[in-house]
Amino acid sequence: MSILIIAEHAEGVLKPSTLNAVAAGVEIQSHTGGDLDVLVAGHEIAPVASQAQAIQGVATVLTADSPAYGFGGAASIGGLIANLAGYSHVLAPATSYGKNIIPFAAAKQDVQAISDITAVRDAKTFVRPIYAGNAFATVETSDAIVLVTVRTTAFEAVADTGGSAAMRAVDVMTAEPTTLLRNELTKLERPELTSARVVVSGGRGMQNGENFAMLERVADKLGGAVGASRAAVDAGYVTNDYQVGQTGKVVAPELYLAVGISGAIQHLAGMKDSKVIAAINKDADAPIFQVADYGLVADLFTAIPELEETL
Amino acid sequence: MKILVPVKRVVDAYVKVRVKADNSGVETNNVKMSMNPFCEIAVEAAIRLKEAGKVDDIILVSIGGKQAVETLRTGLAMGADRAIHIEATDLEPLAVAKALHAIATKEEVGLVIMGKQAVDNDHNQTGQMLAALTDWSLATFCSGVDVGDDTVEATREIDGGLQVLSVPLPAVLTVDLRLNEPRYASLPNIMKARKKPIDTVALADLGVDDTPRVRTVRVEEPPARAAGVVVDSVAALVDKLQNEAKVIGQ
Ligand SMILES: Cc1cc2nc3c(=O)[nH]c(=O)nc-3n(C[C@H](O)[C@H](O)[C@H](O)COP(=O)(O)OP(=O)(O)OC[C@H]3O[C@@H](n4cnc5c(N)ncnc54)[C@H](O)[C@@H]3O)c2cc1C
Ligand SMILES: Nc1ncnc2c1ncn2[C@@H]1O[C@H](COP(=O)(O)O)[C@@H](O)[C@H]1O
Repeated sequence: MSILIIAEHAEGVLKPSTLNAVAAGVEIQSHTGGDLDVLVAGHEIAPVASQAQAIQGVATVLTADSPAYGFGGAASIGGLIANLAGYSHVLAPATSYGKNIIPFAAAKQDVQAISDITAVRDAKTFVRPIYAGNAFATVETSDAIVLVTVRTTAFEAVADTGGSAAMRAVDVMTAEPTTLLRNELTKLERPELTSARVVVSGGRGMQNGENFAMLERVADKLGGAVGASRAAVDAGYVTNDYQVGQTGKVVAPELYLAVGISGAIQHLAGMKDSKVIAAINKDADAPIFQVADYGLVADLFTAIPELEETL
Repeated sequence: MKILVPVKRVVDAYVKVRVKADNSGVETNNVKMSMNPFCEIAVEAAIRLKEAGKVDDIILVSIGGKQAVETLRTGLAMGADRAIHIEATDLEPLAVAKALHAIATKEEVGLVIMGKQAVDNDHNQTGQMLAALTDWSLATFCSGVDVGDDTVEATREIDGGLQVLSVPLPAVLTVDLRLNEPRYASLPNIMKARKKPIDTVALADLGVDDTPRVRTVRVEEPPARAAGVVVDSVAALVDKLQNEAKVIGQ
């Protein structure tokens, strides 16, 4: 039996989240042996497939090329996964892409999937956060096939060079009942939030969307990405893809700078594993200071311009 | 069209849970319980569809212990028409999806709207599983839902931004935070809800095999972060980040 990793990609580029999922696969492989394969499903995916071939430790890259897979729908890609025999483990990154397809594929195979694993104990036993990361559960599955999504920040990416996997096309067999009308994607001008080395996040304290420009300038000086709390997204200061938290993105950068964010448990759930946390908040009692390594009690409208100046 | 809205009773989202001393789970006794916030959003979405004349019967379903009835009453007071209580405890998403499959088929619903995630176990699986079991079309993480005669135009929140799908009915939609702001039940509606019907169904009568697949071995507190320091100026902050933490360049 082998291990299958579902590659995530967009516009002909393999997403780094795939490399974290492969890392979890490598840990499972240390218990099970067998091959580690990667599935690249999509439309016109040749460039992605060759990037996947170069990932360290991959035996075979399976390709499924069809317009039906074009936008990564759960039915088409989940259905395809459920039809691929010979795998004891199927892993995808716990991103909006992976979370959409893995449970679908699992139910098609009468398997209970395991979401968001943060550690591998053995081939059947994993650790995952529950209650917004306020507790961690060690869980053991008795299903014959194991389907999991992998919290990307918990597994260090494997190298995306040096590998020389074989390539094999698989039959395209599933229909996608839904059709894509359009994508409204945010144009990325900075590093991606989930893989950035530095994240500067703003909350309701920013007061409006224009003020986020201050954070962008700080982020640019640090080569970082900009994130936000749910309150800032709900208020329309920034778009949904900025949200960090229990129900948004999980990040674990070298430095997380929280500005005008109170530190609700749902927000902490998405950034508590950052290496260093710094916070600027005018309220000395804000809960964010309980997790911050460095706290500055100050009005952000004076502190942030000063910070930009100093950097 | 009939619409099914599965709602889950969970520890209130703003409670900081504690792990039990024997590490068997988290303490749920004497803890405030509420309807899962994402389920509230789903109920609100269903009521708005009814107000717009697109839906004529809103059926709530909750799978849980006796107290799940309280959660159903909350949804009825918001404006749902009737409710089904399936008695069971701690089912996994696959078993929940199987039970929902049975109810959705029996009631011949045209649409299921449900939360993207229950904030207790944070699985984020049940809707996707229900779509797989029913072979209905699926749109997860919806922040916009426009129901037409035979398709739904669904706007989804994805990592890179938004995605708009055309979703043929019957369909399963899971909702995200920004779809709407759920209403509070008014006092007259709370009174009216007391008379709305709640049917009780045994899980066994639905033919659902609820044998657990995944066993919880142990539950632990997350590792605590070491206490931090408060600095008194921007200059001191930058100094610490550069020279102590070494996470930014000189
Ligand atoms: C089901 C559910 C899911 C959720 N998911 C998420 C999630 O994924 N991510 C998330 O972030 N939240 C999430 N939340 C919301 C969360 O509970 C909080 O409401 C939210 O994080 C608060 O955002 P905030 O800190 O920006 O706003 P607030 O709590 O309003 O805090 C604003 C802070 O800014 C400070 N401030 C104001 N003005 C200034 C100034 N001039 N200078 C300095 N400081 C200032 C204030 O002191 C305050 O601490 C979720 C909630 C629920 C119920
Ligand atoms: N026990 C339950 N009873 C009713 N609905 C449920 C139950 N468990 C999960 N759901 C539904 O499935 C959604 C996602 O839950 P989950 O997959 O557990 O994160 C919830 O928002 C509910 O709509």
